[in-house]
Amino acid sequence: MAGHAHAGRPNQLFRNLNSKIALTPMILIALVVFLGGTIWTVVYSFTRSGLLPRLSFVGLDQYERLWAAPRWIISIQNLAIYGILTLIFSLVIGFVLAALMDQKIRFENTFRTIFLYPFALSFIVTGLVWQWILNPEFGIQSIVRSLGWTTFEFDPLYNADIVIYGILIAGLWQGTGLVMCLMLAGLRGIDEDIWKAARVDGIPMWRTYIFIVIPMMRPVFITTLVLIASGIVKVYDLVVAQTSGGPGIASEVPAKYVYDYMFQAQNLGQGFAASTMMLITVAIIIVPWAYLEFGGRKRG
Amino acid sequence: MRAVKAMAMASVMLPATYAGATDLEVTHWWTSGGEAAAVKELAKAFDASGNKWVDGAIAGSGGTARPIMISRITGGDPMGATQFNHGRQAQELAEAGLMRDLTAVAEKGKWREIIKPASLLDSCTIDGKIYCAPVNIHSWQWLWLSNDAFKKAGVPVPKNWNEFVAAGPALQKAGIQPLAMGGQPWQATGAFDTLIISLGGRDLYMKVFKDKDAKAAGGPEMAAIFKAADEARKLAKGTNVQDWNQATNMVVTGKAGGQIMGDWAQGEFQLAGKVAGTDYTCLPGLGLNQYLTAGGDAFYFPLLKDEAKSKAQEKLAEVIVDPKTQVAFNLKKGSLPVRGDVDLSAANDCMKKGLDVLAKGNILSSTDQLLSPDTQKQKEDLFSQFFANESMTPEAAQKRFADIIAAAD
Repeated sequence: MAGHAHAGRPNQLFRNLNSKIALTPMILIALVVFLGGTIWTVVYSFTRSGLLPRLSFVGLDQYERLWAAPRWIISIQNLAIYGILTLIFSLVIGFVLAALMDQKIRFENTFRTIFLYPFALSFIVTGLVWQWILNPEFGIQSIVRSLGWTTFEFDPLYNADIVIYGILIAGLWQGTGLVMCLMLAGLRGIDEDIWKAARVDGIPMWRTYIFIVIPMMRPVFITTLVLIASGIVKVYDLVVAQTSGGPGIASEVPAKYVYDYMFQAQNLGQGFAASTMMLITVAIIIVPWAYLEFGGRKRG
Repeated sequence: MRAVKAMAMASVMLPATYAGATDLEVTHWWTSGGEAAAVKELAKAFDASGNKWVDGAIAGSGGTARPIMISRITGGDPMGATQFNHGRQAQELAEAGLMRDLTAVAEKGKWREIIKPASLLDSCTIDGKIYCAPVNIHSWQWLWLSNDAFKKAGVPVPKNWNEFVAAGPALQKAGIQPLAMGGQPWQATGAFDTLIISLGGRDLYMKVFKDKDAKAAGGPEMAAIFKAADEARKLAKGTNVQDWNQATNMVVTGKAGGQIMGDWAQGEFQLAGKVAGTDYTCLPGLGLNQYLTAGGDAFYFPLLKDEAKSKAQEKLAEVIVDPKTQVAFNLKKGSLPVRGDVDLSAANDCMKKGLDVLAKGNILSSTDQLLSPDTQKQKEDLFSQFFANESMTPEAAQKRFADIIAAAD
């Protein structure tokens, strides 16, 4: 019986043996570093760890404190505003730039370099550059005022109500170039014949883009989405360089809360609780999406 | 010729002196002009002992520097010595056995007898062992005033906080920023703690921070302090700088009327060649309650395996407390020495005022000594928000303050 089954279906374990062996280190790293580290962090978020981790459990205390902290609430709100707007604007601007670039314009290489250049700068440099540009005494405000509009006011970094938009501007300036390049590559992958067919049918160009080209670029959009989203969740250095969370705590973000409480406040438990909440937020977004994306197809 | 001779001598003596001449990396966050000048004095004294000071300055204030230092120590890459503020910042590191016990050095140097006030050494002591060498006494409770700014505004230089608040409108009319306050969270917190001592008095301060009395923190006496803080934030509106020394610079150049800042601001005035009494005025205790908190800086020494480096650590600890170093360092830094038996005739007007208060014994423990870093951070979150956001009422802030004190450890 067993021999018969074996002859009929070769053991699954030994199929593609070479690639499985080659993947082993990666699998180990994923298990130990990512999964192990995650579990460790979650476990210690239920403890009263101070500067050094120690296993004295306090239940949900750290989480209660976290959600009672005004700074954490502000951080979450900021991340939501920054995240949603970054997603929308960098996709829209990136795609429009790519579509314009795709019109067989002259000096395309030059423009592409110009738009992509900010991406070569780190967030720290970007943040410092925009801190100066948005500074009311040296930047845009003073230039416009010196041109004659003496009542002109533009100081987002010093106004608690709009500071997050000041950070958003810098983030978009840095990241949109990459989105444009990805989109451009996607557009170049569209077959010329599709354009010709659309032209023969008399479909206007904007409709071709929206109803034919964009649905065909689905894989490019997903790649871009993942890149942008991961950039949003971990935004930290941009804020540190531009405002260091100020004015007051108006531009704080979750990643900065984690760092500050782990190392400045010497309260690892609180920092772990905050990072666990960040993980849960990401999971809430990713899991249903992954389920629809991958789970559905298998059944279909 | 002499150099060649010295080199020959040195090479002969090399085996013998090798143990004494060691590179020791010292990390600290003293990076403003006055601070850097003071660090040079420390380095000079240490180099003179036959060792070599390898400077590891970390820019961006203690909040940036401390996490780097701590992660180096816990991560197994300790430096030779490092600055911390006196008190509880390094407590857990010492408890975990990562720091070097200096009790032997302290006994040899009779630190118990010479270091004044004794609370400084108490803050270095954990389970009966001494873990740090105090280097200076810093007090927060100072109001620095620009005489020029008040002359321009046509009002006499204030003698206390209340007069300063009253002069605010006149300064504003003359186009001068009344109160300079940098945007970093610790500055707002320090200014508030100063208001508690100077306006509320010693008992209120001790009740709130030492006994962690949440009732006092939510009571009417504290409500008055929050009112005063509300006035202060209105006067400070529009400063638009981050670092404390940039804010101090506004006072130095007469662009701002005054600043509530610790005595380290003194170094900046000195560096700019300003004279206490004629160019600027300093009011300890904001001119009201003449109490100073004796916190300050201390050097901690991570436990190292290297024998020679451990020797050098001991040497550095001795050098720090040495009377000559104490005078040279503190004159440049604007802080007070940790021992009462040194000659400070070279001290200027402001330092003498500080020494007077010290001699009277009007000394309190600093918040760094009384509160854990965790509580300090929560306070920073609260006060940086309060000072930046005028829509937050004093009442709402006081309620949150009382909650923090109730949960404080």
